[in-house]
Amino acid sequence: MSPRDLEPDASDEGPALVRPYALVRGRTRTSRTDVTPVESIVVTTHLGTTSSALLERGSILRMCESPHSLAEVSARLHLPVGVVRVLVADLQGEGYVHINLPAARHADGSVDRVLLERVLAGLEAL
Amino acid sequence: MTWFDVPDPFDERAGALPVKLVVCGGYGAGKTTFVAAISEIVPITTEAPITEVSIEIDTGAVATKVSTTVALDFGRISLDSGLVLYLFGTPGQARFRFAWDDVTRGAIGAVILVDSSRTADAFASIDFCEARGIPFVVAVNRFEGSPHHDLVDVRAALVLADDVPVLGVDARSRADAKGTLIALVLHALHGTE
Repeated sequence: MSPRDLEPDASDEGPALVRPYALVRGRTRTSRTDVTPVESIVVTTHLGTTSSALLERGSILRMCESPHSLAEVSARLHLPVGVVRVLVADLQGEGYVHINLPAARHADGSVDRVLLERVLAGLEAL
Repeated sequence: MTWFDVPDPFDERAGALPVKLVVCGGYGAGKTTFVAAISEIVPITTEAPITEVSIEIDTGAVATKVSTTVALDFGRISLDSGLVLYLFGTPGQARFRFAWDDVTRGAIGAVILVDSSRTADAFASIDFCEARGIPFVVAVNRFEGSPHHDLVDVRAALVLADDVPVLGVDARSRADAKGTLIALVLHALHGTE
């Protein structure tokens, strides 16, 4: 081990990362088998708007009264993506949020042609 | 799905379908600039935690695994009332390659930005997309004062298949970004035929 290995990395935010993971009790995966894609859209349900959830959970519910992607939630609340995944999955399990997942692929892994044409039309109209 | 899981039908965005494109390329190739040119929001950055095996540049020795974060910047384009396109700029450095899977999974395509003075930086992104069957276009970012390579030369240097579109772009230009995304979706459509 060189002395350099012992020096803290200048880019290491140290304790800043500890607390987010404490929020999810160290979990980086949810009980669901699939990892929620970063572009999934999170929307607070009616039940969610009446929830008294606090802290980050409450922040997610308030923010997602207008729909936001998982990545946006992560960025705006300054929480790592992995932590937001777990929190959002918990909130979904409680019925507080709905998650819009991307369209499923065809069995051969290809993207639906109709969806691509819709994306194309949307881009051309920009 | 239970009754309370149903999104608010009065918010037209509640049922919006997300689609994703990724913008890859070497460090400094203009990914953030490209995303900013077309995104309806200021590109924002989030952190994906990763564990990486860092390689000591000086000695070539592989150090112990360290936990770090990768910054992902991304933008958003609402395409129609029920469709939202997200653009994710992936960390360019090849040492972050293992983080790309998470970001690129499910992407309908990739824009590989190339700095024409450092074309070799694009190889890692090209290999990645080819290996995973992600349709991609190559956009050569023409910085002011950078060598003006012929696109044919870039194609040859990158050993691209004939059907891969290569475009010259100014990453700051909204029209160029839009044209690049359209070329990418057309290319992806071609692949479904």
